[in-house]
Amino acid sequence: MSSTHHPAFVHHFENLGEQKEAATFGMWVFIAQEILFFGGLFGAYAVYRNLHPDAFYYGSHHLNIPLGAFNTAVLICSSLTMALGVHAAALGKRTQIVGWLLATVFLGSVFLGIKVVEYKEKFDHHLVPGTSFDASQLHMESIEDPALLAKSQKAAQIYYSLYFAMTGLHALHMIIGIPIILWIAARAWLGQFGPEYHSPVEITGLYWHFVDIVWIFLFPLLYLIPKPH
Amino acid sequence: MQTEVVTTNSEDAAPGNGLDRENYINAKHGIWSWLLTTDHKRIAILYLITITLMFFLGGAFAAGVRLELMTPKGDLVDSDAYNKLFTMHGIVMVFFFLIPSIPAVLGNFLIPIMIGAKDLAFPKINLLSWYIYMAGAAFFMVATLFGGVETGWTFYTPYSTAFSHTNVILAAVGIFISGFSSILTGLNFIVTIHKMRAPGLTWFRMPLFVWAHYATSLIQILGTPVVAVTILMVAVERLLKLGLFDPALGGDPILFQHLFWFYSHPAVYIMILPGMGVMSELITAFTRKRVFGYEFIAISSLAIAVVGFLVWGHHMFVSGQSTYAGMVFSALSFLVAIPSAVKVFNWSATLYKGSVSWESPMMYAIGFIGLFTIGGLTGLFLAAMGLDIHMHDTYFVVAHFHYIMVGGAIFAYLGGIHFWWPKITGRMYPEYWARVAAVLVFAGFNLTFFPQFVVGYLGMPRRYHAYPDEFQVLNVMSTAGASLLGIAYLIPMLYLTWSLFAGKKAPANPWGAKGLEWTIQSPPTTFNFEHQPVVTEEAYAYAEGHDTTHDPAAPPAQAHA
Repeated sequence: MSSTHHPAFVHHFENLGEQKEAATFGMWVFIAQEILFFGGLFGAYAVYRNLHPDAFYYGSHHLNIPLGAFNTAVLICSSLTMALGVHAAALGKRTQIVGWLLATVFLGSVFLGIKVVEYKEKFDHHLVPGTSFDASQLHMESIEDPALLAKSQKAAQIYYSLYFAMTGLHALHMIIGIPIILWIAARAWLGQFGPEYHSPVEITGLYWHFVDIVWIFLFPLLYLIPKPH
Repeated sequence: MQTEVVTTNSEDAAPGNGLDRENYINAKHGIWSWLLTTDHKRIAILYLITITLMFFLGGAFAAGVRLELMTPKGDLVDSDAYNKLFTMHGIVMVFFFLIPSIPAVLGNFLIPIMIGAKDLAFPKINLLSWYIYMAGAAFFMVATLFGGVETGWTFYTPYSTAFSHTNVILAAVGIFISGFSSILTGLNFIVTIHKMRAPGLTWFRMPLFVWAHYATSLIQILGTPVVAVTILMVAVERLLKLGLFDPALGGDPILFQHLFWFYSHPAVYIMILPGMGVMSELITAFTRKRVFGYEFIAISSLAIAVVGFLVWGHHMFVSGQSTYAGMVFSALSFLVAIPSAVKVFNWSATLYKGSVSWESPMMYAIGFIGLFTIGGLTGLFLAAMGLDIHMHDTYFVVAHFHYIMVGGAIFAYLGGIHFWWPKITGRMYPEYWARVAAVLVFAGFNLTFFPQFVVGYLGMPRRYHAYPDEFQVLNVMSTAGASLLGIAYLIPMLYLTWSLFAGKKAPANPWGAKGLEWTIQSPPTTFNFEHQPVVTEEAYAYAEGHDTTHDPAAPPAQAHA
């Protein structure tokens, strides 16, 4: 079958190869955009951690490192299952594609579930920014300088604002990604992908890997902050 | 697959007017054939209609500003209403008119045709970007109807997060959403230009209009997301009381300014670079000459895009940014003058010994060169730290950026709309009225904004609804100019609309211009080309003969009303 007669071929392209190249390149450009989108928050993080190192240290101490580490492992595994799904798509193995994609959705959902548990802890401990924020939960008493203590107790709210903004935006990307993967899995079940045409699986995989990589940066930056000198 | 070699004398093969044949306008009928179209040309028309409405809305707010400033006392509107007027004028004109204007209308229509493609790479995403724009505009309109917003278009914190009682959240969400329209347009252009050029169309054979849009798209992709997340942070801070910029908690308002201008300075180049692309097309077409220094103009677009990302701090010389940062930003800002001057010199050199003719698009182009030069040179005043401290937040700044945004971007937009109108609609507009309008726009513009350089240099601050008596003469001049400009903008609306019904039918190439878009019928068919075009020559391959007369085979159309 000629590549210009494939059912997925869109006529304004020259051939299926050009169509695939355009789709993949388009996703890379989109990811470039995403990096800058998160970049605004990472920039704010860099400025504020530099301004308020103690607030960030004490703030991070109240995050749940075991849960965060477990979630990191879950997300890395989901990248593996996604990659295996793309591999299966390239080979045209229908049931395998669906299986690996569903495994990815499962792992993504586990991540989000654990994130809900972590958020609830923060609500319970009054560590959500706003009027109910209670800096005494952070046990900053070991800061000896009273001016620094007062400043850090206030700035802890900035740390938690960034924590919720950054992890929230990341979670939103996963919440958008999961239905997309389910949709791609449904199309795979209908036999739409094979060695000749599987770029939807591939570019969805690219997106998912990007979202994972964002977390790989978020985990150490938010959870693993050493004591400032 | 059949191929057709585009020859030097492309007029020979020109298929003429297509209004009586099948074309993209009559290919399908009904409102849904427009609202659900994926044809880049129809989407360009959707954008044309919507941004024209936004332009007149923004103009109405400006009219309010200028009427208030007729008299020194704040007597027409109170200070709160005045703050809303200039804020809404800025937001509408920047985010909902200038940023989409040339890329979303002319770029959308022309880029696939200029590179010999049937459509943009992602036609559905192209349509989606229009709907996203409409959703953003809808949020902004709701904010307007419920009383507007008065933070200035810059949304500076902590005023916007902690003190303003107006609809900051709605307006911010509208801008956030419309940003993604701009991002998706840029993404579509970049992929299309990389992957879908016709055989033989190498990078350095592309029309400079395409180069300019490529550079613009880079800024849209790499700048817009930063302002999107920043505006989102402002909205979230107001909504959820997070403390991202709150000075009471140790937050840094200067950080907001850094994040805001990181996009919003490059955004100036989103507005002007496509206009520079239009300029290169107009100048070559109406001098019938190869452009002087093609590679330099092409690369200078990329240079403006890259250096433009490194100058944002010149908006913050008096904001408490460190002096050393200010010095670096000042030096980098001077650097942008180099690629900008490269363009102006090369356009001027193209005019030299060319067969210059004065059709209305060329009148706008010549106006652009003069006004952009004034706008650019006064930008150097403001890039100098010492002088900027005197002129910061005065009408000098207002005049400077209007010379770029109106004298540059809108002149190029109007010139481009006239130049490609026959291609877009298949009709000629009345040249006489177009020339009258061009002269009036030029006169009205200068009368509006030149006095503002003077009144700003004398010390009149921007953003106040009242001012000392001695500034009244200059302000009345400015308001008189704005009235003239407003009328001058209405004239093209009337004759262009008239031409749709009664204009002379346009040939395929009314100007005798080069470029793939002039080799196909006016208006084009849905898939633009009957056969895949093959490009065998560089752009602007006008017959070089040093003759001062027009090529008799391609007389410029003179359609008088």
